[in-house]
Amino acid sequence: MIRHHLNDELLMAYSAGQLPEAFNLIVASHISLCDDCRARLAAFDALGGALLEELCNDGAPPSMAPDALSATMNRIAAMEAAAPAPSATGAPAGPACKVLPAPLRDYVGGGVDSIAWRNVGGGVRQSVLPTSREASARLLHIPGGVAVPAHSHRGIELTLVLQGAFRDEQDRFARGDIEIADAELHHTPVAEAGDDCICLAVTDAPLRFNGLLPRIAQPFLRI
Amino acid sequence: MSGVERRNGVSHGEQAPQRETAANEWIERIQRVALNRDSAAFAELFGHFAPRIKAFLMKSGTDEAMAEECAQDVMATVWTKAAQFDPARASVATWVFTIARNRRIDMLRRQKRPEPEDLPWGPEAEPDQHDALVMQQETEKLVQALTQLPEKQRTLVDMAYFGDMSHSEIADMTGLPLGTIKSRVRLALERLRHEMHEKDSRR
Repeated sequence: MIRHHLNDELLMAYSAGQLPEAFNLIVASHISLCDDCRARLAAFDALGGALLEELCNDGAPPSMAPDALSATMNRIAAMEAAAPAPSATGAPAGPACKVLPAPLRDYVGGGVDSIAWRNVGGGVRQSVLPTSREASARLLHIPGGVAVPAHSHRGIELTLVLQGAFRDEQDRFARGDIEIADAELHHTPVAEAGDDCICLAVTDAPLRFNGLLPRIAQPFLRI
Repeated sequence: MSGVERRNGVSHGEQAPQRETAANEWIERIQRVALNRDSAAFAELFGHFAPRIKAFLMKSGTDEAMAEECAQDVMATVWTKAAQFDPARASVATWVFTIARNRRIDMLRRQKRPEPEDLPWGPEAEPDQHDALVMQQETEKLVQALTQLPEKQRTLVDMAYFGDMSHSEIADMTGLPLGTIKSRVRLALERLRHEMHEKDSRR
């Protein structure tokens, strides 16, 4: 049972395509595990569809080039010549894995056994994932009972639990739960005894990300 | 399931709004493209959606030549992926929006966009007619709510989606109440959640 969900700001920004790659990755990973947020995302996508539908209804739309349709038919012919017709279902993202959802398997290049861990001290291991530099994503492996050194962050930090559970001053977080921590939160996550805790952590440290978009979206999203 | 049956099924509601019928016609056209490679159906989709995609991209700050190019590219993707469209999960406009949005991310950020893992939808291969109808109705209500928004509020929503946010007046726009759209989105969320849970308990 997932108790900690994405907020509307993040869901809307993901739907609108306004998030850095690392944030897209953690949002897609949480939604892969959470039907509730999947349904909420569908509503925000529907809002995007409604905006698109409405775009040209209040004035002259930009017209397409005179030969646009035939140019597009040529484009289709070229696409179909280059690749066989796609199957009705998307390609599976590698073999299933009980820990990593499909979006993460894409970045790791396989399941949990394919993660290239590095020790970062105190028994904690991490693996930085290749994303654009606006924000960073890393997997963390924390042995049961071990504390991650207290830290704070300049920007927003999202943590998604993939295996095991951790507690901090705020609450308990288990598989599928996402913690949204802002710069003010100084926390000391401790992995629960039992299964080692594996998390995906995303920060926007290199850039100030938590400024503009959330502030704009906020009044709209207090729903 | 023939197109005629589908149309009848939908138009039973006597006061089915014109737009809703239109939304169902878009679904039928996508299915004709998917099943029959029907270029007449595609031309109608193109006439409606290509200028909207172009407008969407130009609002996001793309120059006209690039927006034209991308709109053609998005419509070509609509053709090649038509078989993947599921009317129980989105309206045609919503589906086209997601393709255009992903193309814009690809173009502006030169990034791929991580997508959620596809749900296993269980044994039912045929899209559920009832789910499809609810989805189309919700989207239609969202469109209506948008058209009724006061201009300033509408601009705010536009900016959140179109990413044209580099202007200083944005700061002045925070704090605007968005009554109509807010309650509409909340309703849509509740219904979608309900539908999703029904689907869950069935599988």
